[in-house]
Amino acid sequence: MNYPLNPARFDDDVTREPIRAGFGRGLKAAGESNEAVVALCADLTESTQMHLFKEAFPTRFIEIGVAEQNLVTVASGMARAGKIPFTSSYAAFSPGRNWEQIRTTIALNNQPVKVVGSHAGISVGPDGATHQMLEDIALMRVLPNMVVLAPGDSIEAEKATKALAENGKPSYIRLAREKTPIFSTDDSPFEIGKAYVVREGTDVTLLGTGTMSYQLMVAAEALAKKGVNAEVIHVPTVKPLDSETILASVKKTGRAVTAEEAQITGGFGSAVTELLSEVMPAPVKRLGMQDRFGESGAPDELLEHFGLTGEKMAKTITTFIEKAPQYKPGY
Amino acid sequence: MGKLTTQQLQAKANHIREDIISMLKEAKSGHSAGPLGLADIFSALYFDILNLRPEEPEWADRDIFFLSNGHTVPVQYAAMAEAGFFEKKELQTLRKLGSRLQGHPEREKLPGLENTSGPLGSGLSQAAGYAYSLQYIDEVKHRFVYVVMGDGELDEGNIWEAAMFAGKNKLSQLIAIVDRNNIQIDGSTEDVMPLEDLRGKWESFGWHVLEIDGHNIESIIDAASQGRAVTNRPTVIIAHTIPGKGVDFMEYDYKWHGMPPNAEQAKDALKKLRTLDGKITHEGAGV
Repeated sequence: MNYPLNPARFDDDVTREPIRAGFGRGLKAAGESNEAVVALCADLTESTQMHLFKEAFPTRFIEIGVAEQNLVTVASGMARAGKIPFTSSYAAFSPGRNWEQIRTTIALNNQPVKVVGSHAGISVGPDGATHQMLEDIALMRVLPNMVVLAPGDSIEAEKATKALAENGKPSYIRLAREKTPIFSTDDSPFEIGKAYVVREGTDVTLLGTGTMSYQLMVAAEALAKKGVNAEVIHVPTVKPLDSETILASVKKTGRAVTAEEAQITGGFGSAVTELLSEVMPAPVKRLGMQDRFGESGAPDELLEHFGLTGEKMAKTITTFIEKAPQYKPGY
Repeated sequence: MGKLTTQQLQAKANHIREDIISMLKEAKSGHSAGPLGLADIFSALYFDILNLRPEEPEWADRDIFFLSNGHTVPVQYAAMAEAGFFEKKELQTLRKLGSRLQGHPEREKLPGLENTSGPLGSGLSQAAGYAYSLQYIDEVKHRFVYVVMGDGELDEGNIWEAAMFAGKNKLSQLIAIVDRNNIQIDGSTEDVMPLEDLRGKWESFGWHVLEIDGHNIESIIDAASQGRAVTNRPTVIIAHTIPGKGVDFMEYDYKWHGMPPNAEQAKDALKKLRTLDGKITHEGAGV
């Protein structure tokens, strides 16, 4: 394992910061190092943290208004003009409302537009189900040419944003609104397409994306107290999936659990299941939203309610392990 | 390339029409009326208005042309072949497996295409994005961005989002052409979803509006020139056209919107195009 972790990650006073804040810093940094980077926003400049870029590069910031279809299609045209456009809105609206435009003018047209979906997941909280985007991972990962990222904390979001500015591909990055514990460090690696073992174990592989990786780390500590030695893998790139890292772990542990703040149908859990069922049919438990919409509530309450805190997940995982036989080659 | 005379441009338009008929007959599917109605506009675009190098499609100093209503792409393919972007014989591969000439245009398949389109309503935004980059970021004043839209696709909300954006930003290097042929799949545009007062709509969005006969090549060229001269607003040219223009049994008939001619109909159409009251003369249709 070669992933430096924040030693204070399990402390009560661990530093917390919204993942979107890292995006804001990363975008500004990308703008400094690459003049082709431009930013387009649909009337949510501060809440999507694009204001840092806007203040630094006012001529390269374009206000689109509440028009998400225009947001991504103007960006497609700017990409044809040699720009690297980042488009931001809430994930519920982009890619929620403008999926066809993304499909045709960005993915099929193969233009390096970066769709930034902020405020994704149930942790948006009191705004309720309309604004809690849970289907974006599924919507984006089915598109050919599309890269899909869900960074786990604000430090990683900053690195991921800088990487997207240079990857030359249509891309989606999923951000969360609420303050999230910082588990990585400035020295932790980030590369598009790589998953990272953040805790080594032998009994079960816990695979998390976005905010859920931290919760799985918490779950793994709870499981350890019961004698279960879990391996935890943080998967910030949902597409292309790092099959090598995932398969190497599941080959060792024989079973897997996935966690995402999104619909398990078609989402990250589905991606892992698709991989394993074809190559290494180990038992899998998918944690996330179980084919239902969210509702209003405080972010922490909602995670608790839907069983997505570390403690709750530890219980679910314990039950799963008791029933699920470990996969052995030759099944 | 020196400027062509009006008569030469009309002859180009007729070659384009013949190639459209020939391609569609061979493809056995595709749209007839829109491409035929746009032939004069595409002749004017590819042989006068657009500053392009067919032998160097990615030439950095070129004008940009976006086709928004991708289903009319046979007229663009025919114009591009006529202009020398690729050999005319390739037109016969339209809509066939492995062809660079997809049923709806795909940028990555064919050099010279600037976008991928088909689902309606997205071309104006892409053109606006390019024009914004030229005007405000790169500050390049001598290049222009043109986009052709159908009138039926003006039903799409995305178009009016783009119209607001271009008007707000005074995108004076953006010149849009609306193919006002009054038909869409379910019937006349005014029955399906009325567009009038179309001029008033664009004007109220901050656009400079010109209305022309879309079959008068001199008018098309003149309107584009006027559009380039307006420096404080984007320009839209409402080009009144006859769907199926040039083939009498297709003209004005919306059933030809999404239908190709069969062999017999194509033969008839080509005969009509080649004689056209003796007004158009050219050497060898090549079909």
